[in-house]
Formats: sequence, C-alpha cells, structure tokens
Amino acid sequence: MSSKLATPDPWQGLRRFTDARIALGRVGHALPTAEVMRFQLSHAQARDAVQQSVDFDAIAVELERCGLATETVHSQATDRARYLKRPDLGRLLDESGQRWLRELRDELGGHDVVLIIGDGLSALAVQQQAVPTLTQIVQRLRQAGIGFCPTVFLARQARVALADDIGERLRATATVILIGERPGLSSPDSLGIYLTYGPRRGRQNAERNCISNIRSAGLGHLQAADKLTYLLQESLRCKLSGVDLKDRSDLLSLPGSD
Amino acid sequence: MTTYSQTLGSRVYRFESLKDVLAKASPERSGDQLAGIAATSAEQRVAAAMVLMETPLRRFLEEPVVPYERDEVTRLILDGHDAGAFAPLSGFTVGDLRDWLLSEQVDGARLTEVAQGLTPEMAAAVSKLMRNQDLITVARKCRVVTRFRNTIGLPGRLSTRLQPNHPTDDPKGILAAIIDGLLYANGDAVIGINPASDSLSTVHTLLKLLDELRSAYAIPTQACVLTHVSSQLQIMEQDAQAPIDLVFQSIAGTEQANKSFGITLSMLQEALAAARALRRGTLGNNVMYFETGQGSALSAEAHEGLDQQTCEARAYGVARHFEPLLVNTVVGFIGPEYLYDGKQIIRAGLEDHFCGKLLGVPMGVDICYTNHAEADQNDMDNLLTLLGVAGVHFIMGVPGADDIMLNYQSTSFHDALYLREVMGLRPAPEFEAWLQSMRIVGPANRLAPRTSGNPMLSYLQTG
Repeated sequence: MSSKLATPDPWQGLRRFTDARIALGRVGHALPTAEVMRFQLSHAQARDAVQQSVDFDAIAVELERCGLATETVHSQATDRARYLKRPDLGRLLDESGQRWLRELRDELGGHDVVLIIGDGLSALAVQQQAVPTLTQIVQRLRQAGIGFCPTVFLARQARVALADDIGERLRATATVILIGERPGLSSPDSLGIYLTYGPRRGRQNAERNCISNIRSAGLGHLQAADKLTYLLQESLRCKLSGVDLKDRSDLLSLPGSD
Repeated sequence: MTTYSQTLGSRVYRFESLKDVLAKASPERSGDQLAGIAATSAEQRVAAAMVLMETPLRRFLEEPVVPYERDEVTRLILDGHDAGAFAPLSGFTVGDLRDWLLSEQVDGARLTEVAQGLTPEMAAAVSKLMRNQDLITVARKCRVVTRFRNTIGLPGRLSTRLQPNHPTDDPKGILAAIIDGLLYANGDAVIGINPASDSLSTVHTLLKLLDELRSAYAIPTQACVLTHVSSQLQIMEQDAQAPIDLVFQSIAGTEQANKSFGITLSMLQEALAAARALRRGTLGNNVMYFETGQGSALSAEAHEGLDQQTCEARAYGVARHFEPLLVNTVVGFIGPEYLYDGKQIIRAGLEDHFCGKLLGVPMGVDICYTNHAEADQNDMDNLLTLLGVAGVHFIMGVPGADDIMLNYQSTSFHDALYLREVMGLRPAPEFEAWLQSMRIVGPANRLAPRTSGNPMLSYLQTG
C-alpha cells in the first residue's frame, strides 16, 4: 500500500531479516501517509489495551463452564489514572477484599496454589489469552497432582504483587497470577504469568519466576502452561521461586520449551 | 540550623531542609508525588521556589543534600568543586544565577569558565526557577564539544545514535536496521545496540559485527553494545584487541542507586582507563557513554529523600568526571508513575538537557514514551523541536520510532531528518563528508535519489 508520490526504498528486501519498521520510504523527510496510519493504528491498539477495562463477568462465565468458581477483588487503586500513578496501591487489596478473604480463609485457605487473573496493563491480553491459558494450566495441574484453590480470583487494577497480598491472606504455598503486560507497539495483547513461592507482602521481583510474551504471535497457551507446571513442580520441590529457582532449573531441560 | 520559610499573606510556609525546598519547588511530576515529597498545593510550590530564589549558592556547599560521609557521589561533587571557577558567582543567590545566565554578556565561553564551579544541586535549583524558554536560551549558549572518531556538539550540528535493537539479537536483523539507518543519514553519535541477552558471547558477537561493518565502509563513527560495565571490562581484560569503542553504563545520582545498578565510581574509573588504553579513537579520547533518567533513583528506593530532578542533575555530576563522548537522558522510558504525561516528559527533557549542558556534559536526549504514559508522537515532536532549538547534541534514531526489543517509542530516522531540515542542522562534519562520498545525501544534505546501487545493500548477502 504505497502512494504514487512517496519515494520507496529499494531495500525492502531487508525486511525479511527483522520486524523493525525499516525501508518505510519517505515523502520529503517525512513518513509516507500509509506508514503514519499504520503507526497510529498500532499506538491506538496499545492505548486501548491500557485504558479499557477487562470484561471479568464474561471471563467468570467462561471459567464456570470449565468448572471453576471465581471471586472478583479490587486493589486499592480506585481507577486507572490512580493505578498508573501509584503502583504501590495496585499491590494491595482494598478493604472489602481484605474482609472477604478473611471470611473465605477457612473455606479456601491452605492450598498449594492460588490462581489469579489480574488486568495489569493490557485488557486486550487478558481478554484474549487468560481463559485459554488458565484452562490449560488447570488441566496440567490436575495431571501433575498439584492441589489448587478451586476459586480463581479475578483482580481489578492489579499489579503483579497483588498476588502476594491475596496469597498471604489465604496462606497459600504459592501463587500464580496471569496479568496483562505493558503493551508494546507491535504486541498489545501480551500476557505474562508470575509464580511466587511463599507469597507475602513485600516480596521482591527477583523472588518470582516469569513467563512472558504469551500472545498470538508469541508463546502459545499450551507451551506457557507446560512451562508453568514444570516451574511450579520445581518450586514446590525446592521450596523457593525466583532467581535461585531459575538458576537450578536451567540445568535441567524444560519440557515444551525450545 | 538554617530555617527556610516564606510568608505569603497570612500564611507562613516552612521547609525543613534545603532538599525539602528543592523538592517542594520542583515543577509537578508524578514521581515526586509517589515519593511523598512533592508540594501539596500550587501555592506551596511557589513559596518554595521563592525561598530557593533567595537562597545563596554557597548554601549548597555548606548543606549537602545527601551526607558527605555516606555518599560517594556527594564526595565526588564537593571534592571536585572548583572554588576558583565559582568565585565570580559566590555572592549570588539562586535567583541571581538565573538572571546572570540569561543576561546578554554571558556567552558560551563564560559558561564554560564557570561550569566546574557549579554543583549539580545549584544547576537543579536554578532550573526550578526557569521557564521552558529560559532552559532553552541558556542551554543553547552552552558549548560542549567531544571527539572520538568524529566531532559531536559543534554549533549547527545534530547527531543521532542509531539504535538497531532486535528481540533475539539476530545479527542479520540488527544489520538490516543499521543499514536502513545509515541510508537515512543516521548514526554519527554512535551505533549502539541494547542487547536482549547479557551473555558475554552475544556481546562479543555484536561488537565484532559492528566493528566489521564500520571498517568495511570506513564509517567515521563509533560503536557500542550497551551492556553492564563489568561485562565490558571483562571483555577488555580477555582480549587486548577487543573492538570496544565506547564503554556504556547507566548511572544515577546517589551512591545507593548506583549500587543498585551494580556499579561504583571506581569501576567507572577502571573502565575509562581500560577503554583509553585500547587507543581506538582517531580524533579524541572521549570514550564513555552514559545513560540516565529522572526517577531511576526512586525506583531503586535510593533517592535519599531527594526530588527526582535533583537526583538526575547529580548523575551529570558523576558523568562529567569521566569526560564522556555522549550522555543521554532516557526521559520518558521510566513510565507514568514518574513522568505522567507529555507535559511532564517535555519539561523533564528540557531540564535534563539544560542541567547537563550547564555542568559541561555532552547532552543528548532519548525523546521517548511508553504506551501506558499519557503521551503520543505529537508530544515527542514538540520535545524534539524544542530540543533542536536548545541545541541538543544527539537524539535516537530507531526504525519507525518503534523499538521492537525494549517496547517503547522513541524518535525515528525520519524525525532526525525533520529536525535537520527545519532547523538547518547538519550531521557531525566527518560523518557528513562520508554521507556525501557514499552518495547517501546530495546537496544541502538532503537524501539523494534512491538507487539500489549502494554497496551497503549487498553487505547482508556477502557479509
């Protein structure tokens, strides 16, 4: 799609080596109109991914169909603007969530794993990747005999560390949170999974393991579930997560990884 | 103990320390609010600025904002302070300094004379009393020129760092982006790759790739792989012929923040000596490349109660000690919890550029934003144009402004051409001559008509 007034670059063949925006051509010193539109579309999709809210009701219905109950919780970041400015608030449950978990603790507490879906920075990622990824994870956990809390928590205005607050209150051995990653211009739909052994408030990122870039053009749902199950098994066996676990599991072959 | 207060009508505003005054006087930004040190009302902010206006510059030598005993950056700043250069300014308040900087008789030569007499905190303080146009006027007067294989920072020149990143460090993918950038007349500040992997063998492979390309076409520029300084030191130790032109490191304005980056000042000193010993520069011996950015100290919980802009100026105090070729603030990369929107990013970019230049640092700016910030390409166009007027040494050249490895938006190859065109700016002189000899540009430095005959286009097939 090029205009007759734009000067094309005769090295478009180089594009086969990279996804970077090269050989775009020009009008004067500027980008051709079609390229400006292509960029703006990418940015618009990334912005929408950040700003829109996840339809957690629909996700709850889908998960119920797979036999999973859900509870919705909210961080202390009351809205998106506050969420973006105050990452600390996105890491803590709001009061009603705290109360709710106190009530649920006897019923739902003490499992090996608590599963959480958080909106994070991309509603698009959660909308598209969370349910298919989670259903694969649940299957793998059942096969592996890892016990998990039968209620999945759906968390709004959530940062990764909100899982610590939830997991600590439920006395879980480990938490797994599926969360929308900061959208790149060419990857607005990327989901991340974070595993934390021994969740408690104040855990550092180096104490977690991350599986990143789960999206249509990236890591598949099945692969992600395999990787997580493997990491989780190792984590429960070694009683730790994070850099120390990564260092150990690098010595072994990771099933399903390339 | 000195007290800092300002009476406005019936209200008395009190500030507990010099660093409290600096924080409260800082233009509004989310990072200082996150740290809980920002002004809580617009009037309090102006009251603090009025206190700052009346504060003598000497006060900054008497009341270190981070204790001398605890922080090696403070020691570097105070031990390196040039009392002779400071003498003509020693009777000034911060307000006087602003007036002096803006006065007609103060030109670039005069600013160079006093640069070593100014501390980063003085630069940060005066910037808080300056409007955007003041930051531009004074920065434009500053002269800082550095050399390695070409000359960066001459008046009327604008250089670019060609940033050809690739998510898997694929050599061909990186080369394709470099060749695209060179054919768009970018890359005179440095061709610098942020590697996705920090493995030594990857870094070594990329260094060789850059060196071979540069040698093949005798490109008068320098190359860099932006990995940790300790890795670069290790490579230089192992290989006396290591193709390292510039040593890169991210730096910050407190000892603790630098510690969180895994560095000390003595490591930087060691790297400087090792890189100079390689004797790869043909025109000069500025061998260091530093990146900085407001908010990095707070994000490492190492800001020592300082506002993020003062922390940032202290990073330039670190930088200038090592006589770098290039320093750039990565102004919008850190995210909206530190710089919320286009307005805050633009202000921070102008402050950083001003403070760096005033302190004698060869400043470039990575004019950039992430997708969760309230900013877009139009905000970047605004900051780009303002910095062009202010005389920025270099900006980034990223294919289509989209860094597919670091997932943020910066300035594109085309953006550099825009700024050169509208401001009448030219590349570094040695690089300009090379672009002409390669027939990449024609008269008036405009891109030459495209032919498929450029020899670099066959490099990926043969290389």
